[in-house]
Amino acid sequence: MPMHSLRAIARHLSRAECEAIAKKVLGFSHADECRVTISSGVRANTRFAQNQISTAGDNYNNSVSIRAVFGKRVANVSTNRLDDASLRAAVENAERIAKLAPEDPELLPELGPQSYDEPIVWNDGTASLEPEARAEAVRAVTEPARRAGLISTGYLEAQAQAFAIANSAGLFAYQRSTGVAFTTTVRTQDGTGSGWAGAADNDFSRIDPRALAARAIEKAQRSVNPVAIEPGRYTVVLEPTAAANLIQLIAGAVNARSADEGRSFFSKAGGGNKIGEKVVDERVTLVSDPLDPRVPANTAGADGLPSERVNWIENGVVKNLAYDRFWAQRTGKAPNSAGGTLSMNGGDSSVEDMIKSTERGLLVTRFWYIRPVDPRTILFTGLTRDGTFLIENGRVTRPVKNLRYNESPIFMLNNVMAMGRPERVSASEAGGPGQAISVPPLKVRDFTFTSTSDAI
Amino acid sequence: MTDRRDFLRTTGAAAAAIAFASTPRRAGAAPALDHLDRFQSGASKELLLDAINAAKMAGASYADARIARIRQNFVVTREQQIVNVVDTDTLGCGVRALVDGCWGFAATRDLTRDAVTTAAREAVAIAKANRIARDRSVELAPVQAYPNANYKSAYTTDPFDVPLEQKVDLLLRANAEAMKVPNVKFVNSILFFVKQEKQFASTEGSVIDQTLIRSWPLFAATAVKPDFSDFQTRQGAEAAPMGRGFEYVLQCDLVGNAKKWGEQAAEKLTAKPIEVGKYDLVLAPSNMWLTIHESIGHPTELDRAMGYEANYAGTSFIAPPEDHLGKLKYGPSLMNIQGDRSQEGALSTIGWDDDGEKPDDFLIVKDGVFNDYQTTREQAGWLRDWYGRQGRPVRSHGCSYADSWGSVAFQRMPNVSLLPGTDNKSMDDLIAGVDRGIAIIGDGSFSIDQQRYNAQFGGQVFYEIRGGKLNGMLKDVAYQIRTPDFWNSMDAIGGRASYELGGSFFDGKGQPGQVNAVSHGSPPARFRQVNVINTGRQG
Repeated sequence: MPMHSLRAIARHLSRAECEAIAKKVLGFSHADECRVTISSGVRANTRFAQNQISTAGDNYNNSVSIRAVFGKRVANVSTNRLDDASLRAAVENAERIAKLAPEDPELLPELGPQSYDEPIVWNDGTASLEPEARAEAVRAVTEPARRAGLISTGYLEAQAQAFAIANSAGLFAYQRSTGVAFTTTVRTQDGTGSGWAGAADNDFSRIDPRALAARAIEKAQRSVNPVAIEPGRYTVVLEPTAAANLIQLIAGAVNARSADEGRSFFSKAGGGNKIGEKVVDERVTLVSDPLDPRVPANTAGADGLPSERVNWIENGVVKNLAYDRFWAQRTGKAPNSAGGTLSMNGGDSSVEDMIKSTERGLLVTRFWYIRPVDPRTILFTGLTRDGTFLIENGRVTRPVKNLRYNESPIFMLNNVMAMGRPERVSASEAGGPGQAISVPPLKVRDFTFTSTSDAI
Repeated sequence: MTDRRDFLRTTGAAAAAIAFASTPRRAGAAPALDHLDRFQSGASKELLLDAINAAKMAGASYADARIARIRQNFVVTREQQIVNVVDTDTLGCGVRALVDGCWGFAATRDLTRDAVTTAAREAVAIAKANRIARDRSVELAPVQAYPNANYKSAYTTDPFDVPLEQKVDLLLRANAEAMKVPNVKFVNSILFFVKQEKQFASTEGSVIDQTLIRSWPLFAATAVKPDFSDFQTRQGAEAAPMGRGFEYVLQCDLVGNAKKWGEQAAEKLTAKPIEVGKYDLVLAPSNMWLTIHESIGHPTELDRAMGYEANYAGTSFIAPPEDHLGKLKYGPSLMNIQGDRSQEGALSTIGWDDDGEKPDDFLIVKDGVFNDYQTTREQAGWLRDWYGRQGRPVRSHGCSYADSWGSVAFQRMPNVSLLPGTDNKSMDDLIAGVDRGIAIIGDGSFSIDQQRYNAQFGGQVFYEIRGGKLNGMLKDVAYQIRTPDFWNSMDAIGGRASYELGGSFFDGKGQPGQVNAVSHGSPPARFRQVNVINTGRQG
């Protein structure tokens, strides 16, 4: 195939290139302090619809962001042009704007040199996933779908990114990361059934396209002609993706400042925050750990702060919230950077066990169009999609029409009946690698559905 | 779908919003001539012609090239202080080629003859590679040539020429007004500007130069109960994003409105929780736009109806086309939904689309009946039978759009609007016809299924209607709809004087995802017996 010409292109900036750019930018700077952040990389992607590849491309990203500081005045300017004249112009622009900006009373001095744990988030195989290999993975889905008389659509995206940060106080970090996600939606020809399967990892070799195809095909076939059931409170068995769709929402609510200011679920009645309070079932522990091999992340944070393990919830009790440098200083805490990934512990139940022990309930493949409703309780709404089934007397008996829920992951984790073994899942709505997350399948009582949907 | 999380990520991070798309060939090498100079002097138009000629030479039956510079400016404040000032700038060239009915696309950030012609040949190579896996050949609907076209969107003051101090001063004065209100403890406000300069050339003989500006003032006041038992936020939803310049931001009267928004945030703390049930709703244009977007805009995208977006954005309940065009009763006869890219100041308004087509105004719903889909040149032919029966030519409605020079163009939403009624009703007139109901102002929480049947929408402020009059504020309100039932329950709409535009910069679609800025005009409208839930449960 004549796509080999693409391979001559550098897929991300090297350490040496980033050092050279950083040195140049810091040399051009006349500000009291200067920070340069360099992001580069590729989103290699292949998309398919109607059992065939529809688009494929290698999208390159490349940005130099310059932060100039005069006293307490600061501004940020970014450009995608790396020639000297453009970099110099960007520095001058940042300095011009910074001088015009009002003083930022929360501005802290740049961090000096830091030491970082060696990240474990790069994989050579993922970084070099060529169009042919992607097409082969796609065919592992489209061919069985075609043979089964079904229509497959889907998306494979492999990211290889380099991140560099340097400042006038002597800090420098360069880290590389990879991430890959493969998702497919298989539908029946007549549109009466739809099944989904997906996976995400840093290492593409751990993703099995054939297994994904088999799961999506089976769900498409089993979901044909769903029946409507009454909305209400149900016992649900959530496959890991569905559980992650909701559990990851907690990570968006752990900001310590919002909690201390009284505008968060983690605000405490009467003032302060809920650190030390039990908020969910005591079996639940939620952690971000950039060195967890299942869900690794870079160990340098966006402002250069080293990322380390943070236990958000331990045995049901809030242990920590997210403190940026300013709020940590204001409140006498240590700042933390957790890398953005999330993992939850599990139990020894399996999805099959959970189904067997359920008299009447629902099995949910995944949730969709998840949007916030009430930040006071982390209440979100959304719908089931691509494989929702009725459980009766310990067996999956029939497909049901999709349902809209209004539910909070906090309420849900207070109603846990059983937990399975955690696994890494693709929980990003857009089908990209997203933030790495590993959670167990869950059986939960009193999950609130508020209406049904005719959508298949 | 609209996705504000990308936006929050952008404004929250000092590390710049960037179009995820450049091509760092020979990264770090300095070109002989500065790319920006080349672009600004107009010399880059020669590159466009080089690119499409290179694609033709390599075997393309059709090719187009787009050079675009996209700049963003954010000014972010809270209470009485600055939070962030960010300027972003990205420039490059994308080339699209059609070979034997298959698309290929490649892009470069180097504006040199060598780079753009290489990208053109790559686009052709990818198109050729894709031939082996394609049943249906792409056929482009006819288009007129526009050899020397220019377009500038409806702005008088370029926000990129406005001094930073003026922007900051405006926000901090607005913040101060809201902070004067008892219990209002926090204010977040942002000015967000986008400038797109695009040059396009195609093998159809068009060379098109366009400059577009978008402006969005964002404002949110948060009131906290003194005992920390509740907090409520009021966003300034009525100050909609527009395809206008800084003059529009000044017209929004942020300082005057901030006091009202702050007062309403505080009033929400003592508002009465809604009782679950069925209510008549009177929705302001600032709420209607999002409901139109989700339940009419998206299901009438032809690629969704044909299954191309099934893995992410989803399909459509309006499929297959032949079963629904001219047949589906979307709503009452007073319902006319227009697709256009021509309303002055609207976000999707443009001179020519990214196929080089001049968009037309078209009725998606005509007198309550589904009448047409949103199309590109590739898609118009898919509706040949329907157009033929109506005696209409097969032509694209001009809905092709790529969010960056490095993104491939595909079908995106034009402005989709509910046209006003002819009898000049006001929102008060609609309220007067309700015995027991709710008036909703501003957009809030939103979610809809992948075929656009079942949706749930919140709002910013809710007022009880009793006996045709407003009767105090409610809270924790969300309405749930089944799309065709909801629109068929609409029994009155406001007149021309009550028509307003709302919209978003962040309509998301495609994999990898692209964002589209789109407006939706609407008068206030009244709906009968809609399902309303209480979202304030505590466990």
